[in-house]
Formats: sequence, C-alpha cells, structure tokens
Amino acid sequence: MGILELIIVSLIKIIVIAVVMLLTVSYLVYFERKIAAWAQNRIGPNRVGPAGIFQPFADVLKLLLKEDIVPTAANKQMHTLAPMIALFVAFSTFAVLPVGPSFTAFGKVFSFVVADVNIGILYVLALTSVGVYAITFSGWSSGSKYSLLGGIRSSAQMISYEISMGFSVAGVILLAESLRPIAIVNAQSGWMWNIILQPIGFITFLVSAFAETNRLPFDLPEAEPELVGGYHTEYSSMKFAAFFLSEYANMIISSALIVTLYLGGWQIPYLELLNLSAGWVVILQVGAFIFKLVFIMFFFIWVRWSIPRFRYDQLMNIGWKVMFPLSLLNLLWVAILAMIL
Amino acid sequence: MLTEFGKIFAFMLIAIIFVVVTVFVSKLIRPSRPTKEKLMIYECGENPEGTPWVKFNIRFYVVALIFLIFDVEVVLLVPWTVVYQQYGLAGYFIGVIFLFFLGLGMAYEWKKGDLEWARPYPQSSKMKNSVQEVDASFQVTSEK
Repeated sequence: MGILELIIVSLIKIIVIAVVMLLTVSYLVYFERKIAAWAQNRIGPNRVGPAGIFQPFADVLKLLLKEDIVPTAANKQMHTLAPMIALFVAFSTFAVLPVGPSFTAFGKVFSFVVADVNIGILYVLALTSVGVYAITFSGWSSGSKYSLLGGIRSSAQMISYEISMGFSVAGVILLAESLRPIAIVNAQSGWMWNIILQPIGFITFLVSAFAETNRLPFDLPEAEPELVGGYHTEYSSMKFAAFFLSEYANMIISSALIVTLYLGGWQIPYLELLNLSAGWVVILQVGAFIFKLVFIMFFFIWVRWSIPRFRYDQLMNIGWKVMFPLSLLNLLWVAILAMIL
Repeated sequence: MLTEFGKIFAFMLIAIIFVVVTVFVSKLIRPSRPTKEKLMIYECGENPEGTPWVKFNIRFYVVALIFLIFDVEVVLLVPWTVVYQQYGLAGYFIGVIFLFFLGLGMAYEWKKGDLEWARPYPQSSKMKNSVQEVDASFQVTSEK
C-alpha cells in the first residue's frame, strides 16, 4: 500500500508540475509581449481570443506546422541534440524547487516539492552548468559563422557569471547550513530574509541570473544587429521552439531560485500572530510564493524594456571585475554574520 | 522503495520523453520540401563564403581556463560553508585563508591583464595632439 501510494502521489506531482510549468512558460511569453507593448504605448497581441489570450497556443501550433530546415553544412546529430539538451535541463530543474511548506492531510505529510533532496541547490547549479553544452553544441554544429560566434560568446558569458553565482549561493548556504532548498527557506523565517542580511549577495545573484538566462541587458549572444540570431540562427520549427521554451523556463527557474534563496520562499513575516487555521496558513504561504515569483518575473521583463544592451567587453568586465570581487566580499561578510547570529 | 533521488530520476525520464515527443512528433505533420537554396546556411542572402568554422579570439580560451580554476574553488568552498559554524573561529579563519589565496590568484590575473577583455591602443593622447596641431595651424592661418 505504502509504496504504491507513494508512486502515485509522486507521479501526480510530476505531471502537475510539468503541466503548470508549460502553461506558465507559454503565458510568460504572452505577458512579455503584452508588457513590452504597454511599455512602448502599443496594444500587443489581441487577435487570438479575447485580448489575445490564446496567442501562446497559436504560436505553438504555428511552430509545430513549420518546415524543419537543417542546413547541409550542419552536423545533423549535434544539431538535433542541442535543443533537446536545453529543454531537458530547463525541465528537470523544476524537480527540486519548493513552492510551499509541507502540510498534513488525511493523516499523511505532503510537501509542495517533487523531490526533497539534501543537495537540491547543488543539483540546480549542476544542471544549469549542463545548459552551457546545449549552447556550445548548437553554435558549433550549425555550420554557420553567426551561430559559431554567438555560441562561443554565449558560453563564455555563462561560465563567467557562473562563478559569482556560485559564490553568492555559498553565502546563502553559510547561513542555512544546508543545501536542502526547504531548509534554506526555513532558515529565513520572520524578517531574516537573505535579501536583508546579505544585500550584496542578492545583487550579485540577481545580475548573474540575468546573465545566465541571456536576458537583456546581457542578451549579447543574440545581439540582432551583429549576429542575426546568435546560436539559434539556423534553427526552425520545433527545435527553435525548444530553445525558446527553455529560455523562458530558465527565467522561471531563476525567479524561483531568487525567491527561495533571498526572498524567504513562502514565508510571510508575523503570520503566526494572526492565529489562522493550518489550512489557511498553507494557502496563504503558497500564495505568497506565487506572488513573489510573479513579481520577480515582472521585474525581469521590466528591466528588459528599460535598460539598453551592454557591449561585450563591458559585460566581461562587469562579470570578472565587479561581480566576482563583490561576491567574495559578500561571502566574508556572511561568514562574520553567521558567527554573530 | 522510491527514494527522493528516485523521484528525480522519474522526473528526468518524463523530461526526456517530453523532449523527444515535442521534437519528433511534429515530423508527422509538418511539410518537408527542401531545396538547395533553403538548405544553405544563412549569410544575409549571399552565398556562404569560406569555412563556417572561422577562427575566433584566443581570449575565449583564457576565460574558459580562469573559469575552470575558480569553479573548482567554488566546489571546494561549498563543503566549508555547510559545516563551518561547528568549528567556530578556527573554521572562520580556515575559510578566510582559503579566500585570501583565491583573492591573491585573482589579483595576479587582474595585474597580468587576463581579465581585460579588449586592450585598447592608447589613442586618446595621440588624438589630443593632432587636435592641438590643427588648432595651432588654424590660429597661424587666421593671424595671417
């Protein structure tokens, strides 16, 4: 009974997470276009359904019916493998991100996470590193100069910012004394959010997250005026859609990570003073997580339409000469803080 | 018994199935009418010139090397961050010494100029001189 039940609960969780992720990704694209339109005093997509609400499905259908063009100069196996790696990485990272606290119902403990592993943060960092392979492969195997240059630039950018990201995360682990995402959230109860305790670490992590997801102001790999489409110049049809989906999925993952590591996850300060019943507490806390997540995603889009793109040497200088020393300093500061607290 | 890592494995399996299905299922419904021009690589409408695997800047290799060094340092630091509070002040100083050597290595790379992306030629002084020369010649001609 126990094992079967466990397998069924896990399967349901996996499927729910997968469906929610896909829906969020498609509606993130829609909201990005809508917010872009509002920022530029336009209307945005408004033809498919009321206020263009079915636009994401129309886009997916369109990409599904497009011809798949693989250039003769390309290395076919690698060319096909690259978008699959990108989507696989983006998809499987969701397994360890906790959405809410664990709760008891029907005499059993349930948690809002697929797998509560004790090395969750390490798992996320490892998988995002694998994501670099997708970009390098796609750049190299397309057999196009634009793809090659875009892929190399992109991988150099991603590995440069991975260092400061790793050091910022080390600061968070220092305070929580655990790599388990749930323990990290529990360590930030009340007002002990990491954004307040280590603001420098928050800034370095935020900037690194922007660079890792190739969002403006760091979207140099796809700098349209010089490199056409960057590493996905030669991709079409569902392979392009795979890259597109993985980019937006990475954005959700980064936002969820920022919320988990720095904004206290699902924690609401002073919630226990209200004396609510356990069910309401869980609902409110999940709502708080979703609210924070949506706010950070809106922030991603907001920045995209407010700040111009950096030059490549500026990007590398910020990565190595500003963010990296800052994250080192932050680590020293947090080490002192952990002794005091 | 399904452990937590087993759940991750199941999640990865579903991810692989999902990815393969999304990339290959559209093969059944999409058109396929390749022509020679369509299968050419994109180079702004021109016929592609030379090999696509062009030479690129050697600095990308340097960045990759520096990344390797510092990423190993991150990996070495993570175990320290988890346990250091159990060792009090001694644990703190071990971390500080480690970070000091890390900083030393970084300062060396900075001084060597390996963190510099572009090394611009010192042109500003030259330009200033030529502007002054032009100014001087202009003054001479106007005096005449």
